[in-house]
Amino acid sequence: MPEFTLRIRRYNPETGAAPYWDRYTVDLEPHRSVLEGILQVKDRFDSSIGVRCSCRAAICGSCGMTINGKAGLACHTHLSEAMSRSKDGTIEIQPLGNMPVIKDLIVDMDAVHWKKVNRVTPWLLSGDLPEREHIVPRESMVDVTQPMACIQCGSCVGDCLAMEVDPDFIGPAALAKAYRFVGDPRDVQHEQRLKDLADDPHGLYTCTHCFKCIEACPKGVAPMNQIMRLRRIAGQDHHIEDVNNGERHEEAFVVLLQKYGLLSEADVVPRSYGGNGLTGGKLSPKSGEQVFQSLPFLAKAVLRGKVKISQTLFPHKLDSESLAEVKKIYKDVKGREERLELNLYITGYDEDGDPTTSEAIPDNPNEKAGATA
Amino acid sequence: MTTRTVAYWPGCVSRGFTPELHGAMALVAPKLGLNLVQLDRGSCTGAGVLAEHNQELTDTLNGRTFALAQKVDQAEFMMNICSTCQGAQSESQERLDANAEYRHTVNHTLAQFGLSYDKGIVNKNFLWVLVEDIGLDVLKSLVVKPLTDLKVGPFYGCYIVRPVDRLGIDEDNPRDTYLPKVIEALGGTVIDYAGSHKCCGFPIITMNKEASLKQAGTHLTDGQNAGADALVTPCPLCHLNLDMQQPVAKKAVGNFDLDMPVLHLPQLVGLALGFSAKELGLNKHVVRPTKLIDWTETVVASVPA
Repeated sequence: MPEFTLRIRRYNPETGAAPYWDRYTVDLEPHRSVLEGILQVKDRFDSSIGVRCSCRAAICGSCGMTINGKAGLACHTHLSEAMSRSKDGTIEIQPLGNMPVIKDLIVDMDAVHWKKVNRVTPWLLSGDLPEREHIVPRESMVDVTQPMACIQCGSCVGDCLAMEVDPDFIGPAALAKAYRFVGDPRDVQHEQRLKDLADDPHGLYTCTHCFKCIEACPKGVAPMNQIMRLRRIAGQDHHIEDVNNGERHEEAFVVLLQKYGLLSEADVVPRSYGGNGLTGGKLSPKSGEQVFQSLPFLAKAVLRGKVKISQTLFPHKLDSESLAEVKKIYKDVKGREERLELNLYITGYDEDGDPTTSEAIPDNPNEKAGATA
Repeated sequence: MTTRTVAYWPGCVSRGFTPELHGAMALVAPKLGLNLVQLDRGSCTGAGVLAEHNQELTDTLNGRTFALAQKVDQAEFMMNICSTCQGAQSESQERLDANAEYRHTVNHTLAQFGLSYDKGIVNKNFLWVLVEDIGLDVLKSLVVKPLTDLKVGPFYGCYIVRPVDRLGIDEDNPRDTYLPKVIEALGGTVIDYAGSHKCCGFPIITMNKEASLKQAGTHLTDGQNAGADALVTPCPLCHLNLDMQQPVAKKAVGNFDLDMPVLHLPQLVGLALGFSAKELGLNKHVVRPTKLIDWTETVVASVPA
């Protein structure tokens, strides 16, 4: 039977002693789970190791932990897979990050994860009781099945890099839960929910796009993708201005790309703070304040020839023919009645062999099935 | 040596705030046998932000760039020098390649410009090209000034290490382990530290400045504590937060001794291939890599203990 060495981080805050590492060798087939490894250690060597587990089948969400630097379910991680990520030939097992440790591999989910989930009003707000059964289109419910797949294991929270520096950040699990209701046509408080998240400086716009939660989630919820959908709906459908200039930053990107075809950093920053209007951008007081704060290193950048003054006045842009094409794409796509979105979680991938049925496809994408707005 | 023609996407930042990156790439390319055909007509990838706004718009713009790349005569593949561009383009490509119906919709828009995207373009970051196409042995053989005693910490940028499926990271192509291999091939010493695969904070610099600067400052400090002389990154946006914002990032984490040079990947390669620090634009950084470079001879030197 193959051997695997587990290095387990031990810590019991009640004793006042510092955390330390214990090392155990277990005999198990490589396709067995890390959880089985830990349970063998408890059985054979040390029954005092604190670990939370129940179903052993990736259903209950109890055994979230950090295995070789990546958060996930111990019951859903093969020993062989964990070994492939090992730096020193051992499997390093720690509690989830971003949450206080209760004992060894058990973290305080109440103090962080559940508190944040409760923060987003995680139940349906249906307004007045409907007189009869509330019937909704099938597609709109399929759309929220992705966040509904969450089993509350906290892996995404443990690996969230924004929460690492901003513990007040609402975080991936709670925001995915928020989308579960913002995407539900039976909920009547979409705008209020989004406004609440946009008004929180540690809310909708603190996510840094780092994809950590997408990688950590054992259920394919892709919390970051749900956060982006929340932003899309907040900005475009409800025109909600947030306290972090997030919507303005996005709008700056959209406007500048349409105007120049390329991105000009010298223009993005002032517009993100000051807005896109005539008196916005470089002329607005808010952006002036930011530029002033940045003066010491901006001056350095100019001095070193990194940034040219002319750049900020005449940003680089595409040739006129290409720019016309970019503008036409904007016109065509933004002219659609509904935004076209492709969620691969729902549609899946084409089988190999590419069953292109281009003739059967109508030219107006709004008429097509499978696309959700 | 084999010469490869590649459809080259430099991105916006390398032609804007980090011109030294574009310059360094142009300099090292011929030595590495890369014939760069620049995609001058391509547009910004949207850097993830445009996709947050409108997916189809992003995918159509990136589909247009892919279509332009596919028209480049003799090109073996498309190459970029920006982690963020790679991530944004890979995201668009994933959707375009996954669904024929969706691809048809995008191509319908592109058809009015005489363009069409064919499923399955190969689009690689320069880092991947170095390891998978040029090869570490060839790279090693080209080194004329090995980076002896230079201790370098890798910094990837989120967009080329996650999500692994989308980026083609697997056992055959462990692309999230390439930077140390390249540093070693160039004769340098790899510094392992906590931040190498984390987020630099740039995406939220205008939205949550404190958190953003804390991220940059923390990774730079971790690198410093682990003994790095410099960090190297294949992402110009990471470079903006790690280098340009360093004077404020160090205040955000209270590490006033922080003075960590951050090199673009082509600059590190260029130093080992014998180009001078000035040719590679190292003098254009906010944090001057003075402690790495003897400016009179432009030889890489180690920091005295």
